[in-house]
Amino acid sequence: MNTIKKILGLVWMFLAPAIIWFLASQAIQKIAGATTLTRSNVTLQWVIILTIFTPICIGFFIFGFYAFKGEYDQLPVNSKDLE
Amino acid sequence: MSFDIKPSKISLVIGASSVGTLIEWYDFYIFGMLATIISKQFFPSDAGTSALLSTLAIFAAGFIVRPFGALVFGRLGDLIGRKYTFLLTLVLMGGSTFAIGLVPGFATIGWAAPILVLVLRLLQGLALGGEYGGAATYVAEHAPANRRGFWTSWIQTTATLGLFFALGVIILIRSNQGVESFSAEWGGWRYPFWMSIILVVVSILIRMKMSESPMFTKLKSEGKISTNPLKESFGHKANFKMVLLALFGAVMGQGVIWYTGQFYAQSFIETVCKVEFVQSRNLMLWAILFATPFFVVFGYLSDRIGRKWIMMFGMLAGILTYRPIYQYFLDATNAKNRTEKIDLTHTVATEKLAMVDTKEGTKLYVVQKIDTVYTDGAKFSYTKTDTLHLAGIIQDASTGSIYYTQPNAMDATKLDTIVVKLKPTKGAMLDASKTQEVKITAASLKPSIVIEKTLDHTTYWNLIWLVFVQILYVTMVYGPIAAFLVELFPTKIRYTSMSLPYHIGNGVFGGLVPFLGTLIVEFTKTAENPAGDPLAGLWYPIGVASICLFIGVIYLTNKVDKEVMD
Repeated sequence: MNTIKKILGLVWMFLAPAIIWFLASQAIQKIAGATTLTRSNVTLQWVIILTIFTPICIGFFIFGFYAFKGEYDQLPVNSKDLE
Repeated sequence: MSFDIKPSKISLVIGASSVGTLIEWYDFYIFGMLATIISKQFFPSDAGTSALLSTLAIFAAGFIVRPFGALVFGRLGDLIGRKYTFLLTLVLMGGSTFAIGLVPGFATIGWAAPILVLVLRLLQGLALGGEYGGAATYVAEHAPANRRGFWTSWIQTTATLGLFFALGVIILIRSNQGVESFSAEWGGWRYPFWMSIILVVVSILIRMKMSESPMFTKLKSEGKISTNPLKESFGHKANFKMVLLALFGAVMGQGVIWYTGQFYAQSFIETVCKVEFVQSRNLMLWAILFATPFFVVFGYLSDRIGRKWIMMFGMLAGILTYRPIYQYFLDATNAKNRTEKIDLTHTVATEKLAMVDTKEGTKLYVVQKIDTVYTDGAKFSYTKTDTLHLAGIIQDASTGSIYYTQPNAMDATKLDTIVVKLKPTKGAMLDASKTQEVKITAASLKPSIVIEKTLDHTTYWNLIWLVFVQILYVTMVYGPIAAFLVELFPTKIRYTSMSLPYHIGNGVFGGLVPFLGTLIVEFTKTAENPAGDPLAGLWYPIGVASICLFIGVIYLTNKVDKEVMD
């Protein structure tokens, strides 16, 4: 199971930048396709989405990195393990 | 370690925490449910600016301010205590909700109206971000280890009950007042906001009588509380990796299952299936009412068999059954699947015909209403408003008649030609009785179509049952999650550590279900199929829940932590 956890860590590390790339390309496409009337609104929506999802995806990448390094092989059982 | 709590105090702890949290959810939901009226009352009629401000109010409050509130109040809760922090969030939420109900409309105070409403909405989001973690932590820290899931599950009912009360109050006031009076500047839509202050005052009085969490009190007396909860929660790898695991292995999936079952379902039934306003809300109310006790059932069960597999099963059930459930919604409300028609009524609402001078010239509005009644009792209403440019109308010189021909989109064979008897008078509503027959041959411009379907008894209850099933999934993923999060983090940084993943999972991943669902439907639109695949939007919650299920199954343990004092 620990080997699977580590291999999947690589998958999460790959998935995180892929999600950012997908969202950024969607943002460019949607903003470019918006009419003059709706452009500022569409831009704002996508800026908010990218602003909030970028750190989440960085977190997902770190999660994958930790998994790959074996940090989740043994979960903590008490507070001393978290120090 | 455990604390001996008297049974009477248990009820007070759960009751006071739950009522306050319920009120906060109620406050947060009424804004969303009244968004159309709020937009009309507070935002300028200029479509661009109005949409921009509405976006800020909806997006920023849910996605940015909620997680920010989790950090601000989580830190405060770990520094000064749970009791005073979630008292503060209650005051902030109640105060801003009441204040929204007092803000005059854009017509009265101009730009101050949308700015005030936006600020108050952001305060609501901030308060909500701080409330849940405090209430869940407070109850869990009073609970004995073998009852933690059961006790905290009462807190978990509040989000759904808040939705129930918000729906109920709005329907009740709207039904009593009528749509026009309800939607006026100082109309009935403000009452739910004003009601909030009474509920909040009562809740504050109850919460004031409560004592601090025994675990936090003990920690404080020993001088062991955290000096920098943010740094200890997110700056130390050992704790931060658990925050990430909580988010990606549990809360992210829980958030999308929750929003799909309670919000996407309602939106889909109303906007895609076109079920009539009151009926679509009533069926949600029934489903919520039947499903809510299961929060407590699954909370109780999680104390017996562990939290993990209950939550994972809820996600799996959603992943496997969402598409068949929503396909049924479409099939059951599709006119093409109904053949036993017993009555067809065409109404040309001549009293609504009006000549209006606009920038583009004089226009004539023609309203047609077609009611189709079926043997099973269902009634589908189809109202079409055509806008005609008078410049394009050709009048028959011999008779003076104008014939307006328009096929019926629901049943093209049934409606051929409508003869509109009128004598157009600019700037005034037309009086059909004093008019002459006219013939319109102009093309219809941008018809506005409103379809409202009143379901028959069997279909109505089938829909209730299927929404109930979706909310049952919500109870599986959401019922045990407070106890699960509490057991993941140590007392001294618990409020901070559990609040952030909770509000990212629910506010961001869950809150984006409608937006990203609509976006995915857009991808499926083609020239051959301009409406796209209405079920495509489900791929977002299914995809997120699948990743979360995968992570949860592989990385989480099913162990119930007996000792959360450490």
